[in-house]
Amino acid sequence: MQIYLPIAEVSVNAFLLLGLGGIVGVLSGMFGVGGGFLMTPLLFFIGIPPAVAVATEANQIVASSFSGVLAHLRRRSVDLRMGTVLLAGGLVGAALGVVLFNYLKSLGQVDLLVKLCYVVFLGIIGSLMFVESLRALQRSRKSGSAVTKRKQRSWVHSLPFKMKFRTSGLYISVIPPLIVGLIVGILAAIMGVGGGFIMVPAMIYILGMPTKVVVGTSLFQIIFVTAFTTLLHATTNFTVDMVLAVLLLIGGVIGAQIGTVIGTRLKAEQLRILLAIMVLAVCGKLALDLLIEPAELYSLGEGGH
Amino acid sequence: MIRALSFCLVVLLTLTSPGRGEEVIAELSQTNVSITTNFTGSEILIFGAVKRVAPAPQTSDLHVIITVAGPQEPVTIRRKSRVAGIWVNTAAAEIDAAPSFYAVASTAPLSDVLLETDDLRHKISATRLIRAIDTGDAASELDSFTAALLRIRAQEGRFQQLEGSVRLTDETLFSAEVSLPANLTEGDYATRVFLTREGQVIDSFETVIDVRKVGLERFLYNLAHDQPLVYGLMSLAIAIAAGWGAAAVFRYIRG
Repeated sequence: MQIYLPIAEVSVNAFLLLGLGGIVGVLSGMFGVGGGFLMTPLLFFIGIPPAVAVATEANQIVASSFSGVLAHLRRRSVDLRMGTVLLAGGLVGAALGVVLFNYLKSLGQVDLLVKLCYVVFLGIIGSLMFVESLRALQRSRKSGSAVTKRKQRSWVHSLPFKMKFRTSGLYISVIPPLIVGLIVGILAAIMGVGGGFIMVPAMIYILGMPTKVVVGTSLFQIIFVTAFTTLLHATTNFTVDMVLAVLLLIGGVIGAQIGTVIGTRLKAEQLRILLAIMVLAVCGKLALDLLIEPAELYSLGEGGH
Repeated sequence: MIRALSFCLVVLLTLTSPGRGEEVIAELSQTNVSITTNFTGSEILIFGAVKRVAPAPQTSDLHVIITVAGPQEPVTIRRKSRVAGIWVNTAAAEIDAAPSFYAVASTAPLSDVLLETDDLRHKISATRLIRAIDTGDAASELDSFTAALLRIRAQEGRFQQLEGSVRLTDETLFSAEVSLPANLTEGDYATRVFLTREGQVIDSFETVIDVRKVGLERFLYNLAHDQPLVYGLMSLAIAIAAGWGAAAVFRYIRG
């Protein structure tokens, strides 16, 4: 069934969009990532103009994250206090990111920068997570089901302004979460995604939060960051396509619920290894696009400048 | 004296411009295209006849060229080349206004039925149309960019070269179909019909196809541009409602 999108001004198959939304929604619920880093390139691929794809994707992430976070709230796996601290850093970061983005745009080559950002960050995060979770998996096999204790003392624990994060079982300074939020906010604004795929590993490896809490907390702060982005796009570029968003989010919210269920049934190590593989796959695809000679050397851009 | 002069003039004109006295009358199967939610493209039939006061001249063949052009918009064309191992946009050309859609249908290959001078005057072939409105930098470089523009647009179905697709019966009745694709931009689609003899345009006809969004499409498009904050908040409200709805439904299913 073909549907004409009023803002994107293209006609696309409605079931294709529902399916894409569903698949990305499942991943979103499983891993606590918004799914933007997967969905945005997929939308480019089916012919949605990039500006519309980025803006509409932000709107869709709001829906799937909200759906996911409700499921996590019921299981009490959202650290609201940590989420708020991260969000405070995140909103400042997003605002800084937009300024930086516009500056780079005036220099040209912003597309290349975004792609390189993706390749570098996805590559680093993916390989780190992959190696770490593989080790964890081997460890847990050797010592039966004994849970390896996290490092209790690191530089994170020696900073001032300590705060108790009961849900995460942490008593740490607010400075590291603020900085993590800030950096993720900047990157999210530049790369046009919620930033979950950076946030999740940062929470696990830098802040030392338990994996089960990380997913819900990440979703919690993604809702606000992407809602902010949606409003910015809608009011400045008029590129949010409501019809496209509705189709994506119908599939997305259902997928997110299914994903959350799957996520609770898998072991934390398995969850992390799967996310690592997915991140590496996207990274590999983007790197190949940059390295292999494209079939069409020319591309069309909108507008005169 | 004056009568003799004017007679001479008429004879002269009849001799120099082939097929004088031939006029084109054309009609479209539809002059309004409504873009609705289930819009998948539209087929337009362009048909007409050649009106004559005298019998058709036997010395040359009559040809018909039909063009349909979408609204003009600026386009940037970028070219990639390899820098330090990766493919980067290194060159760009800007075209101030290129039609978002362009179709040229003719009774025979365009180069056979149209002279360069007449093409230049009426801007019929796509390359003429684009080059004519371009700012004009290095000409040879620009050719490869405009060629790329036409190539990419042709793949999208937004540039159609339909040589030989106009049916002409007895040098009098003609008809052609132009299919407007689903990825259509709103606006006025200028439709032109040209009659040519020996490559010269002897008469032309011009009309407009009005392509408009209607219903929900119209409402959302207007809202997004006139009330962007309301539109943005509405999008967020829908997202939150959908997220909550799905969570509630699943909780109910699982008991």
